[in-house]
Amino acid sequence: MTEVTELSRPEGEALDTKEVLLNLGPQHPSTHGVLRLVLELDGEYVARVDPHIGYLHRGTEKLAESFTYTQIFPLTDRLDYVCPPSNNLAFALAVEKLLGIKAPIRAQYIRVLMAELARISGHLLITGALPLDLGAMTALLYAMREREMIMDLLEMISGARMHTSFCRVGGVREDLPDGFFPKIREFCDIFPNRIRDYERLIENNPVFLKRTQGIGVITAEDGIDLGLSGPNLRASGVDWDIRRDEPYEIYDRLDFNVITRNEGDCYARWQCRVEEMRESVRIIEQCLEQMPEGPFQIDMPTIAFPVDKDKVHCSMEALIQHFDLSAYGFKVPKGEVYSAIEAPKGELGFYIISDGSEKPFRMKVRAPSFVNLQGLFGTSNAHYLADMIAVLGSLDPVMAEVDK
Amino acid sequence: MSVETPLNLTLITEHFGNAIDDLGFAHGVHAFAAPPQMIVELCRFLKEHPALRFNFLSDICGVDHYPEVPRYEAVYHLYSLPNKWRVRIKCRLDDPPRVPSVTGVWRTANWHEREAWDMYGIRFEGHPDLRRIYMWEGFEGFPQRKDFPLRGYKDELNPFGAEGPPPTRPDLATKNIP
Repeated sequence: MTEVTELSRPEGEALDTKEVLLNLGPQHPSTHGVLRLVLELDGEYVARVDPHIGYLHRGTEKLAESFTYTQIFPLTDRLDYVCPPSNNLAFALAVEKLLGIKAPIRAQYIRVLMAELARISGHLLITGALPLDLGAMTALLYAMREREMIMDLLEMISGARMHTSFCRVGGVREDLPDGFFPKIREFCDIFPNRIRDYERLIENNPVFLKRTQGIGVITAEDGIDLGLSGPNLRASGVDWDIRRDEPYEIYDRLDFNVITRNEGDCYARWQCRVEEMRESVRIIEQCLEQMPEGPFQIDMPTIAFPVDKDKVHCSMEALIQHFDLSAYGFKVPKGEVYSAIEAPKGELGFYIISDGSEKPFRMKVRAPSFVNLQGLFGTSNAHYLADMIAVLGSLDPVMAEVDK
Repeated sequence: MSVETPLNLTLITEHFGNAIDDLGFAHGVHAFAAPPQMIVELCRFLKEHPALRFNFLSDICGVDHYPEVPRYEAVYHLYSLPNKWRVRIKCRLDDPPRVPSVTGVWRTANWHEREAWDMYGIRFEGHPDLRRIYMWEGFEGFPQRKDFPLRGYKDELNPFGAEGPPPTRPDLATKNIP
């Protein structure tokens, strides 16, 4: 029988409040890298947020100006290191547009297959890491188990688990290895059920739902105004996917749905990614069915190494060509190109100005994470400091890509 | 990919006359050259015209054309979500480079412009918060300019840098941000 009493406060006198400046990061597990947020707090509410970035700045664009086009591929790997094949693809497409060439059909299928594997790998990380940020550790452990399968597949194709650098201008480095198809079919059979497992883990978790539903709502107008792209914008109800709207490679031959949600909150962004993984599995299955036999690299000795390596050993012209290509690279005609693809994080664009030499005059990376991070300014309702973590996690920035 | 531009160019030429240079359609993007003082008006026009609706700003980037004159360039990439068109606006800038900010048209321009300021020293006039974004406060020079050495300048923290102190030309000073 206790009586609830309000805290007594002198009549007519407001509480003495003061804004507090809080520093979050750069070393903090929930910032997904080295991001520093300077937060102005009004009590428990975040009044203003000022992200400080650049801790991982490596000057990719400046470096690219002194590299040949083939040497730039490893640099693009290190942008969004969670899904490097997408970055390789985006860069290769931009250079191919300038050269006016297209990779052979089989190479296009291999690239798309790898890009979709990368998409699953990237989405798996964040669908697991967002619950982890909010205190549910289990999902990440399961997600990592499946991510390992993708790593194995990528290792089988390229020999590297993370930085694959598998694309080349005019094709890919090698053909798919023997025994790859049964392996990836096995993955495609297992994975959809595993997605169901994550959903069961999370969808019925009241803590996760409370912490993400209705939190960090970004309206469609705000999202477009802030330049969000990819799942972050689709979760706000904007039906835009570059794979469908400006089809590159062989995406126009594939049947897939563009996932949208209307809520625009953290949960919608999480859901969008989970659903997109299902679509990616469908795309991979179609790639496996449709993939034709044929060359994996364009037959152009000035741009690509000869497919038949034996020629290099017995013909002098081929040897000179091979040496020339590896020592000096190839020339790209004068011009400029902006080429964008739908990377896992959103619109990944490469703007390349060529002066006709072997090295780009200027390469600009339109990194989706860099722009998506500005979504922090777009959430309409004031939220608690703890919700900041959910908003940040749901925007899925990869700091290596933010900082370039 | 179609060779013909999907844009109705007369809309733009009627409104702006000879001030806008048509650079043609290539690789899926139509390019224009515009004088810097017109950039805000042009962007607003492209964004708000009911037949164009370039409502999405993909990217803003700086370019250094050293030793050409005018030396700098600001390049804007716009996308129309309803029409699925892309457009590129190129703005040549004198030394020291100054161009009005388009943050009033798209909020996303904020960080793109901060990056171009940080890397090339292009001053975006009217920007609400033009600070360096990648480099630290107090860093001297603009690292992506063509005359900035790839490894930076030699100092106690950077033994592999190029000889000679960083140039302290007035346009390189990072203070007095507008």
